[in-house]
Amino acid sequence: MTVDRRFIEHFDWVLLLSVLLISAAGVLTIYSASATPYGPQPTLYLRQIYWIGAGLVVMLAAASIDLNTLKRLGPVFYAAAVILLLSVLVMGRVGMGARRWVQAGPVSFQPSEFAKVFLIFWLASHLADRPSASGLRLRDLARPAALLAVPFLLVLKQPDLGTAAILFFVAATMFVAAGVRLKPVLALAAAAGAAFFFMWPVLWGSLKEYQRQRILVYLAPESDPLGMGYHISQSKIAIGSGGFWGKGYLAGTQGHLAFLPERHTDFIFAVFVEEWGFLGAIALVGLFVFFVVWSAEIAYRARHRFDTLLAAGVTALFAWYTLVNLGMTMGLTPVVGVPLPFMSYGGSSVVAGLAAVGILMNVRLRRFRIFG
Amino acid sequence: MMLGGPLPDRTLEGEALLAGLRRRWKGLGLLWLVLMGVILLRLWTLTVFYGEEYRRQAENNRTRVVTLKPPRGILYDRNGTPLVSNLPSFDVSIVPEDVGEEKEVVARLASILRLDPDDVEERIADLKLRRPYEPVKIKENADWRDVTRIEARRIDLPGVVVEVENRRRYLYDVLGAHLVGYIGKVTPEQLKEDLYKGFPREIQVGQYGIERSFDRFLVGQPGEKLIEVNAAGREIRLLGRREPTPGDDLQLTLDLNVQRAAEDALGDRPGAVVALDLPSGEVLAMVSRPAFNPNDFSAGISGSRWSRLRDHGGFPMTNRAIQNAFPPGSTFKIAMAAAGLESGVITPETAVTCTGAIRFGNRDFRCWKAGGHGRVSLHRAIVESCDVYFYELGRKLGVDRIAETAKALSLGRQTGIPLPSERGGLIPTAEWKKRARGQPWYPGETLSVAIGQGYVLTTPIQLATMSAVVGNGGEWRRPSVVRAVRLHADWTFRSLEEAERVTSEVKPETLAFIREGLRGVVHEPGGTGRAARVEGLDIGGKTGTAQVVTLRDRREARETRFRDHAWFVAVAPVANPRIAVAVLVEHGGHGGSAAAPAARKVIEAYLAPKNNPPPPGGAS
Repeated sequence: MTVDRRFIEHFDWVLLLSVLLISAAGVLTIYSASATPYGPQPTLYLRQIYWIGAGLVVMLAAASIDLNTLKRLGPVFYAAAVILLLSVLVMGRVGMGARRWVQAGPVSFQPSEFAKVFLIFWLASHLADRPSASGLRLRDLARPAALLAVPFLLVLKQPDLGTAAILFFVAATMFVAAGVRLKPVLALAAAAGAAFFFMWPVLWGSLKEYQRQRILVYLAPESDPLGMGYHISQSKIAIGSGGFWGKGYLAGTQGHLAFLPERHTDFIFAVFVEEWGFLGAIALVGLFVFFVVWSAEIAYRARHRFDTLLAAGVTALFAWYTLVNLGMTMGLTPVVGVPLPFMSYGGSSVVAGLAAVGILMNVRLRRFRIFG
Repeated sequence: MMLGGPLPDRTLEGEALLAGLRRRWKGLGLLWLVLMGVILLRLWTLTVFYGEEYRRQAENNRTRVVTLKPPRGILYDRNGTPLVSNLPSFDVSIVPEDVGEEKEVVARLASILRLDPDDVEERIADLKLRRPYEPVKIKENADWRDVTRIEARRIDLPGVVVEVENRRRYLYDVLGAHLVGYIGKVTPEQLKEDLYKGFPREIQVGQYGIERSFDRFLVGQPGEKLIEVNAAGREIRLLGRREPTPGDDLQLTLDLNVQRAAEDALGDRPGAVVALDLPSGEVLAMVSRPAFNPNDFSAGISGSRWSRLRDHGGFPMTNRAIQNAFPPGSTFKIAMAAAGLESGVITPETAVTCTGAIRFGNRDFRCWKAGGHGRVSLHRAIVESCDVYFYELGRKLGVDRIAETAKALSLGRQTGIPLPSERGGLIPTAEWKKRARGQPWYPGETLSVAIGQGYVLTTPIQLATMSAVVGNGGEWRRPSVVRAVRLHADWTFRSLEEAERVTSEVKPETLAFIREGLRGVVHEPGGTGRAARVEGLDIGGKTGTAQVVTLRDRREARETRFRDHAWFVAVAPVANPRIAVAVLVEHGGHGGSAAAPAARKVIEAYLAPKNNPPPPGGAS
């Protein structure tokens, strides 16, 4: 690791600024969401600031690690991800009906947040090492897909539908980016469709009751406005009632009077829009789009296949998170419980997210190295 | 660490691979941007396109309209003694929308209140007409210890609210229950009435007696407050408030002292007592036995208590004073005498010889006195209640002329007392029988009518009114139950619109003659109502014994349910009547012995009160 002049000179201040702006909006909204006697502890926003501070240190570290070394360590990252997820299974703490947290000393964290980033490392190195001019064949996909199935199932077991879905989307994005032959993909899709169709009763039966409810409610949220559809209904009311101008900071009623569930975590966007309106939402979504496009640009301009795939994987992670979370809060996608990057309260997701930003910076920095 | 070196990316083939990777990556990026476009479109629709609608929903979410119940008007007796009060009490309710885990909350609440969870569930499910967020009452008048338990466990009981309510307390319990009535939750049918338009489902309104008939004064107008609540339904702050208008107070015509005397006089016997002030026609007392306790209703009557009342063989919910119509028996001879004199068929001097029976058609009509009364004038016929005299009179009059006078004395139709469900009774005519039964009138039936049997049916209030007509000398007023209303607005008593004044077609001289007869019944030797006599009071009355079964069967039937109904009607003082009384003792036997003493006690209580009004709470 070398902190030299070039590191300062070519440091991606723009990426950092966009992330810090989103994080600032997050802290403000967490403050608003918890500034009521009926919600979570009112000091949550302070803890979020501490986490951001810690995350920035991790980010700088991630930006300085040698990428070639990381590439060689691909299988280690895979193993680390699986061990992390296994630790949840063994010593995980149950919260909100799912086993997702692990206690490590004074802090408890969500290993799946870090496992996702580790898996992106591994998959990028795996795909970079197996180039194929005419695209990956089904045979080429079998190995990584089978290996991915292990962490995927471990996450499902927690159960964490949201993380599993994100994992699937990110992996699929990386596969497609790496190049896949059309025929095997179609064949796979057909096989998956058939399997889904015939396995549906079994799959449905294996789901937990609340997961089934979520799917049913997604299909018809108005059928049960006070039960499971409550999340979606209240979130839509919060967003819609913000109108064009918003109700003003700290003046949202849906959030402050506790009608909105999970308002400092998964549904934080709804709290934000209720107070800042369509105008504020455009600005925030604009920031996210800018951040993702900027990250995509880093991947696009990278001069190595590993770098591109790595940056692409990280970008895809943020892109899918943003899309699924916004879709969820507005009733477009099922309520699967994924955080909005840098906005939602949560130490693990903030630190892992900033570490991923560090990787993007790292990839970008390599462009400016003579050798690398 | 190795820097540089031959990497695949630096080869031509490597560059081609990288180019393909970049191309596909660009495509994926564009796909994402399109999807984000959908997100933005959705954002626009929600906030701007449907913004108003969602804002309205958010407002509905956070605001509730809470009903402020008006205190009901207070009822006073004619001397200003309060009969009811509004006591603050704690009511426990549930707002189902705020409850969340309903089963658990209901189970906890039920255990605190010692109720059956199924009953609680039933109450919640029962209210289909409930507006959203309107509380469902679970327990009225809860114990304060239960209330503190609920308050202590608020966190575990979302959606449970404790409200302070004014609970109607009837200070004298069963005393005057049928007259005063009771209140209860407004029914779906009542909500359609103009008076209760827009009333909340939980409000209590008059359901019976004066509480029902005069609810337009008593009920007041509910107010409401607009509050902001959080998701658990707890009030955060007040947004607006419209005060309720309290109900107006009523001064009843009831005299607590007379009512108490009437209740005591009747005791536990099934029957009724009505006492009217003369000449005003105001109801001084109205008793019906068996009775109910109106306090059971204002606290929300329990299921078991209600079924006990409903299945009670004695029909305690029936106001016998206005709803039970029986043959009047010999009290009807008052109407007979009036009919005879008015029609000119007889004069006061007309005499008849009673041999104990009269043969009509192929049947013997007996006098109650087996040996006969010998030669009797009209006056003596009234005093001794000679049946044969009136058989003879009836035969001469015919049923239609009897009916004409009976109706002029207020019998055969509702008196118009402002209470719900008054029955009209029946005074038969030939035309009535043709219409109702499809048969001609048989002359023999007239003889039954002549002694108040057969088809004749009268209610106690009708006989009291008849006595009032006789006592007043022809002028009378429809019975009234409320003297004045104290409007809440200016706190002044105003007389109610006066009850309708009616002038009977019966001549005052005729009625004066009858009054002399009534005095004789009580005071002269051989009078059938001597049990009503009391030193210093000038009481006139008439006994009546209404047969339940025919004379022939009576000897076999000794059971209570076959015993005759005992009547006594009275006016006092005869010289200048101030009170008219009718007493009915069901299956009481002879009017003279069973009913007359009760009438005497009522008259005494009004004309010669011995003590002050009884203290509250000590009801019989």
